[in-house]
Amino acid sequence: MINKNNTISRKSELSNKDYKWGFSTDVETELAPKGLSEDIVRLISSKKKEPDWLLEWRLKAFRHWVDLEDKDMEPNWARVQYPRMDFQDIYYYAAPVSKKDKAPNSMEEVDPEMLEAFEKLGIPLNEREKLAGVAVDAVFDSVSIATTFGEKLSEMGIIFCSFTEATQKHPELVKKYLGSVVPYTDNFYASLNSAVFSDGSFAYIPPGVKCPMELMTYFRINTEGSGQFERTLIIADKGSYVSYLEGCTAPMRKTSQLHAAVVELVALDDSEIKYSTIQNWFPGTKDGEGGVYNFVTKRGRAESSAKISWTQVETGSAITWKYPSVILKGDNSVGEFFSVALANNHQQADTGTKMIHIGRNTKSTIVSKGISAGKGSNTYRGGVQIMPTAENATNHTQCDSLLIGDQCGAHTVPYIQVRNPSAKLEHEASTSKVSDDQLFYLMSRGLSEEEAHHMIITGWSRDVIKELPFEFAIEASQLLKVSLEGAVG
Amino acid sequence: MLKISDLHVGLTADNNVKILKGIDLDVPSGEVHAIMGPNGGGKSTFANVLMGRPDYQITTGTIEFKGESILDLPPDARAHLGIFMAFQYPVEIPGVRPFQFLKAALDSRADATGQKKLSAREFTKRFDEKVVQVGINANLIKRSLNEGFSGGEKKRNEILQLEILQPVLAIMDETDSGLDVDALKIVAEGVNSQRSPDRSFLIVTHYQRLLNYIKPDRVHILVDGKIVETGGPELAVKVEKSGYKEYLT
Repeated sequence: MINKNNTISRKSELSNKDYKWGFSTDVETELAPKGLSEDIVRLISSKKKEPDWLLEWRLKAFRHWVDLEDKDMEPNWARVQYPRMDFQDIYYYAAPVSKKDKAPNSMEEVDPEMLEAFEKLGIPLNEREKLAGVAVDAVFDSVSIATTFGEKLSEMGIIFCSFTEATQKHPELVKKYLGSVVPYTDNFYASLNSAVFSDGSFAYIPPGVKCPMELMTYFRINTEGSGQFERTLIIADKGSYVSYLEGCTAPMRKTSQLHAAVVELVALDDSEIKYSTIQNWFPGTKDGEGGVYNFVTKRGRAESSAKISWTQVETGSAITWKYPSVILKGDNSVGEFFSVALANNHQQADTGTKMIHIGRNTKSTIVSKGISAGKGSNTYRGGVQIMPTAENATNHTQCDSLLIGDQCGAHTVPYIQVRNPSAKLEHEASTSKVSDDQLFYLMSRGLSEEEAHHMIITGWSRDVIKELPFEFAIEASQLLKVSLEGAVG
Repeated sequence: MLKISDLHVGLTADNNVKILKGIDLDVPSGEVHAIMGPNGGGKSTFANVLMGRPDYQITTGTIEFKGESILDLPPDARAHLGIFMAFQYPVEIPGVRPFQFLKAALDSRADATGQKKLSAREFTKRFDEKVVQVGINANLIKRSLNEGFSGGEKKRNEILQLEILQPVLAIMDETDSGLDVDALKIVAEGVNSQRSPDRSFLIVTHYQRLLNYIKPDRVHILVDGKIVETGGPELAVKVEKSGYKEYLT
């Protein structure tokens, strides 16, 4: 029997100052027992009062995942090493318990401690928010806390809410698009996510509407030993535009935490989705203890003349396994991927993108910047596929690696498959170190060695960082600085 | 201002390579001194050692700036004291914009010396004025530091930095090499306009022609790691006529 009132309180236990976001919050948390079973899947679904079709979909995903697990189909081709995961030793559902024992309806009902946690994270979930012009959906562990600006957006017909709310209020949209880009059979982690996803964000932009503000979700894992499985679905209807931001932090834990999210983007004809991520999950200690295992499936489908642009700055996680991709299905569609991935200390990053060209005159651009420091390992893995139907497709790929110190590694693994002779592809790659001449030049003008390093590295990453919305760009630059402290000099 | 005694310098990587072999030099406040000499004589090494380049190791001797030894100071600390070097070969730094870089440099110095930082508005004003004064292409200066700059543009950019940072001691390391006459005049104007009783210049050059535009107080001939002759401006004219042959044995 599942004890539905298994409530556990937690105290913060922090010492390591290196990870600025490493506080945990002492809020009451409702936890389902550890482990994964059909019962847990049913519990999650019932907690969320989901329609039957969704439960069925979850169960199909679960059975598929069990099958993959039995066949030992956990992906092992990435250049990352970690001990085998025990999927029965993870909490699959952790929800903060409100004093009234129900989901908060307004800001007043949100636990003050949690609001404080968001303050520490620098998420302004209040009136100041309006000045910032960002609508925030904050996902704390697995439950979406509050979506600001809901009213203003809804006047324009824009839907921005938690995934759970969407399944209740807009089931027709969810049913139509859920799994349409990343099916539950897609891969091991996507199957797992489809079975147990707890919450996430949902956005729908109606035809011809340009979303007037950045939509943002802040994800945070708090409960020890819990996995986080968000599901994000963004639909840009014909001729619409949306810019979406995703930020991630987690407290420091000695044990590793699993994060297996799925993000699906649907860009209908002539629409544009810009998706930006700053991923700063706890990277583990300097000695490689703990940290988040970030196994994420992100993919978008671009219909005719639509554009999908992924921008990511990845400084966190012990392990990153992530390939935000675009299926260029419609004619004249455009896919872009801009990435800075940093691996310091014992971090391992295996990240890149897939651009699958199906439509005619489709165009993709890949700019990948990998920074390796300490004992970090950074791999770019990219796939460019030109299908026989993709007349006059073009791709430009640029992969740059920067090495700091002599114990880190950088690897580039580009796969290119061309099945239409009219395609034009370019691939550039470079590997460099921060040169002594550059350091001396900057220092001779008064910058300290660390400032000089930071300036050279952010300059080197600028092609990617400039793609981010302004406030995010500053945060990204600061994160690179903080993440590299101690790695230079 | 600058006082150097018996300075011996070798390569950090190979102690057997000796470049400077006992230099004595005194540059009083407000004076302009020229260091001339043949290629390979140690001129550029001398300039870089003053700025604190880690590739060189000082084996003996002292360098005092305003009465204090600067031997143990890293380049940034020397910059904070007001020492500046215009580079012979300014390095390219992708993605770093000159505006942002110079603001950061000024801020670092303000932090180190306890001065008030310039506001973004004040800095922008100063920057824009100096860009026009030095004659740098305004579009170019929006790009990455020195990236895609021609030789002349790189040198102008060094003068721009000199104008903005307003150092107390400016070392010009062959700033004139590879410049056309117009650019040469810009460099000279940059130096001349900044001459003041509180500021000294050390101009390292192979050719006399820059000294047609900048009148030095003293000229030193540096050959094989030693200063072999010192004189007034007429010494520069002399070596221009007869070359460095008489000093080479």
